[in-house]
Amino acid sequence: MSSTATAPARPIERLAAVFAAHRAAGTKAVAPFVTAGDPDAATCVAVLEALDRAGASLCELGVPYSDPIADGPVIQASYTRALAEGVTLEGVFGVAREAAARVRMPILAMASYSLIFRRGIARFVADSLAAGLAGLVVPDLPLEESDELDAACRSAGLALVRLVTPTTPPERAAEIARRSTGFLYCVSVAGVTGARADLPPGLVDRVRWLRSQTDVPILVGFGIAGPEQARAVAGVADGVIVGSALVRHVAEAAGRPRDELLDAVGRFVEGLAAACR
Amino acid sequence: MTPPPAISSVPDALGRFGRFGGRYVPETLSAALDQLEREYAAAQADPAFHAELDGLLAAFVGRPTPLLFAPRLTEHAGGARIYFKREDLSHTGAHKINNTLGQGLLAIRMGKRRIIAETGAGQHGVATATACARFGLECVVYMGAEDVRRQAPNVRTMRFMGAEVRPVESGSRTLRDAINEAMRDWMGSVETTHYIIGSVVGPHPFPRIVRDFQAVIGRETLDQCRRQLGRLPDAVVACVGGGSNAAGMFFPFVDHSEVRLVGVEAGGRSGKPGDHAASLSYGSPGILHGSLSYVLQDADGQTSDVHSVSAGLDYPGVGPEHSYWRDLGRVEYTSVTDGEALDAFDLVARREGILPALETSHALAWAAREAARRPPDEILVVCLSGRGDKDAAEIARLRGLAADGGGAAR
Repeated sequence: MSSTATAPARPIERLAAVFAAHRAAGTKAVAPFVTAGDPDAATCVAVLEALDRAGASLCELGVPYSDPIADGPVIQASYTRALAEGVTLEGVFGVAREAAARVRMPILAMASYSLIFRRGIARFVADSLAAGLAGLVVPDLPLEESDELDAACRSAGLALVRLVTPTTPPERAAEIARRSTGFLYCVSVAGVTGARADLPPGLVDRVRWLRSQTDVPILVGFGIAGPEQARAVAGVADGVIVGSALVRHVAEAAGRPRDELLDAVGRFVEGLAAACR
Repeated sequence: MTPPPAISSVPDALGRFGRFGGRYVPETLSAALDQLEREYAAAQADPAFHAELDGLLAAFVGRPTPLLFAPRLTEHAGGARIYFKREDLSHTGAHKINNTLGQGLLAIRMGKRRIIAETGAGQHGVATATACARFGLECVVYMGAEDVRRQAPNVRTMRFMGAEVRPVESGSRTLRDAINEAMRDWMGSVETTHYIIGSVVGPHPFPRIVRDFQAVIGRETLDQCRRQLGRLPDAVVACVGGGSNAAGMFFPFVDHSEVRLVGVEAGGRSGKPGDHAASLSYGSPGILHGSLSYVLQDADGQTSDVHSVSAGLDYPGVGPEHSYWRDLGRVEYTSVTDGEALDAFDLVARREGILPALETSHALAWAAREAARRPPDEILVVCLSGRGDKDAAEIARLRGLAADGGGAAR
């Protein structure tokens, strides 16, 4: 990171600074995913702080949605828990605002386009900016439908992170990579989110090919369960995204003292960060 | 001056019906939807595809289905003459088979030998299982656990046909959750599996493909009205959940502005949120299951819980073309309650000797009421979308509960 302490004016530049720092240090980014308001707003903020302390480079804050078709059982259940807890979009932005004021890592919201459309693109982007978010990941918004949100994010200085998957044809993947801002989310498997035992064959080659198509940092997500897979991915990508494996810690900590949860997620992310050095 | 484009000239290349429709899905599914779009265009241009589908619709399904005058329901209403378009006489007992045979043939063309489907009332599940048995395809049907309970006969039928029925325990355990699970399956199986979606919902090109395969209903009806009655009907009515039978019935009529088109949604217990499934009557534009349409949702865009006595209408969204027709004012959308639908079920059973599906009973309830207000020289056609045998046990159970509840039995 630059030696001056002044914060970059545009949120997306904070992401760029994170990746520049990793490049300079020869390390890779660790991007954990947590569900906003899971298990409750205050605990969620504490979890974000614990992730930050443990060395997370950036964080994805999942916005609970009632019908997440890209998510496997673990993240679905976390959304259900958070919604049952009464989490609203106001609450999600509240968590983001509170955490952003206390942590060093940039936070991005991962939100279904259903929620963005309902709130209105301009208002959602303005709320994201006001909450201190660095960008948006919108897993159900394909290239063809994204012009309006893309323009709004660009003018606000927010990243709009795009996803490529194993089923994306090469030409289309190159176009997605070109239009992704902040970083490119490379989905490791054709399927829903969830930790998996093995990395899919061909992943390394796909990331290498993507690398040849774009200068934007490439982060790999979906199916990364722990440090071993993170290390393998970090060999070729600019970082890893870990969601379900972390969210499971939150689920398993239900009813136990908060400190145990914070220790567990902190240790988990420390392990990932060590694997990415 | 150029005349305005015909109402039937949708969707556009991006799957837009006016502002509605589109494709809001994870990138993982984009390539498969593109492939489906290409294959559908190729099939449409292929006479062999039409010949095979038409042959199956004739000899396997039993098309054309008749247009039948309903004398005693007409007499009861005391007004306009009521006719039934007998989709209940289709093989498997509902209109759903028109679409599953068409999509089954598309799957074979794409080299996909595994089929998944969602089902609410079980009619689409049965129709999919049937097409798969006929074509020798593997079949997995997702069905909400609550619907597995209330539509048990259809679950048995699907299993007889060799399909695997997977009960869905998430969420409200109904149609919406079944679609979620089917989509998730497809996310991981998309290269070898085709998802036969059962209604005019979902991402482009599904709403268009399903409408086109179901439009045989409206084309036959239009033709039968001309031949049997010597003119087009004054009004055509159909029930609307996702809206496939209504879309298929209405589409050939939308450019005939003299024909009144009415879609009847599930009014449930009341107009309060959570008590009904009437997306077009009470909803607002939103995105659900991959397309922009009217959706029952809260202020944040979270999908609302819905209720209907009929499992096939128990859905918080609706096909995007219906939203287009609604906003154009081309189709009127209204709703009837659970109680009115159950009364119509009784009425048609006793006066016409036909057990209509509970879904269809919604359209029948509106038709009987409206016919009473129209003169006898008017003609009202109801899409009798499915037979009600599947509902017999659930209706008996509801009656039992009503009786136990203190003399409210019908």
